[in-house]
Amino acid sequence: MDASSRAATTSPRDLVRFDAVQRAAHWTTALLFAVLVVTAIPLYFGSLVGLVLPRFTVEQVHLWAGVSLPVPLVLSLPGPWGARMRRDLRRINVWRREEVEWLTTRGRTSLTADKFNPAQKLNAIFVGALSTVMLGTGIILKWFAYFPLSWRVGSTFVHDLVAWLLTVVIVGHVVMALRHREALSSMLRGRVSEQWAATNAPRWWREEVGEPSETATGE
Amino acid sequence: MRVTNGPAGEGIRVGRRVFIALAAAGALGVTVGASAQRGLANALGSGLGGLLPGGDRFRLYSISGQYPVISDSRYRLAVTGLVDRPTTFTLADLEALPSTSLVRAFQCVTGWRVPDVHWEGVRLSQLLDVVGVRGEARALTFESYDGVDTESLTLDQARRPDVIVAYRMLGARVTTEHGGPVRLYVAPMYGYKSLKWLSAIRVVRDVQPGFWERNGYPVNGWLDGSTGATDAASPA
Repeated sequence: MDASSRAATTSPRDLVRFDAVQRAAHWTTALLFAVLVVTAIPLYFGSLVGLVLPRFTVEQVHLWAGVSLPVPLVLSLPGPWGARMRRDLRRINVWRREEVEWLTTRGRTSLTADKFNPAQKLNAIFVGALSTVMLGTGIILKWFAYFPLSWRVGSTFVHDLVAWLLTVVIVGHVVMALRHREALSSMLRGRVSEQWAATNAPRWWREEVGEPSETATGE
Repeated sequence: MRVTNGPAGEGIRVGRRVFIALAAAGALGVTVGASAQRGLANALGSGLGGLLPGGDRFRLYSISGQYPVISDSRYRLAVTGLVDRPTTFTLADLEALPSTSLVRAFQCVTGWRVPDVHWEGVRLSQLLDVVGVRGEARALTFESYDGVDTESLTLDQARRPDVIVAYRMLGARVTTEHGGPVRLYVAPMYGYKSLKWLSAIRVVRDVQPGFWERNGYPVNGWLDGSTGATDAASPA
């Protein structure tokens, strides 16, 4: 692979994968999500109610953590500090044809991975969309007086079901992070080695080190 | 997903599309979820259905963080206030009065719902007739053995035939978790109006908002009737 051999010959340096704003947004969101899961358990399994805190307190904590969930992402987007986050969101949104094919053939076609591979992108979209659904249904459950009763029953159904889905996806995310330590450390310290970038995200690596990408045009 | 590329090299907005599709699926779930849940609950039965999100199951709430345990023999219901004959009923006293059975859903304000629950007890109106309500009375205040929960009904609401002081539920005695030995069951309203571990009823001049009403729920917790039309509130 020419990418990694090239990385080996040039002096290895670190690349910024996530800046401080992105890391702060990620970990605040992760904390809020953990609070949501922990408080959801006694709310969902009624028999556990009141073991630690009264239900009302648990409910309030869950509510405020839920309403705050989009805040870190929203705050990380505008202004000069949001440049990297905006660029990464664009990467997640816009796919090249080869990325779609890689995903639909489950990795059997060749791919020059961007900063995030298609599975990572799909994961981000999935978590973003499902969190939005959780927020929407949560709002209907809390401010129920403005919605018909059938919506509230439907919202409970969707909120419970999607909570399971989302938890499974997030557990998968954590497992992947633990299995890919350098990727995990980039969410802690912000940087990855050029070697890592050349191997795992060659397209992004070329972009960062200022080499013209051979697939950037003529698609 | 169809791979229809935009202008060369611009790429496909997969993110936006998948996001909108998932959000739309969520919105669809909100609107049809009520019937989906019913179908799923019927398909799964009460065993597995009791654990899965779609299942019909009670979610047990306790404000105080514990369930007050009251034996049948020590149970007392005090009916006081603006009445001619303040009375303390034992469980046996209540059971000696004419009983009423209802098969109605339990609809929680937070969205879960258990259909076709069997309820049995004394009509509240019958208890009121026993103690004799004075002319100036307009409302009732209910208290619970948990020491925290309180509820209220207007006298007109309390006199509805589908408002009972229940000592049987689901074909057996009301269990401690469900508010036994005696709880209120206000069929036309949300579950929080059906106070558990009923300890006292005071007949009063004005409605005094109960625990959940002071925490934001409507004082008149009428089911609005847009789901489960068969057991929706019908005007008395």
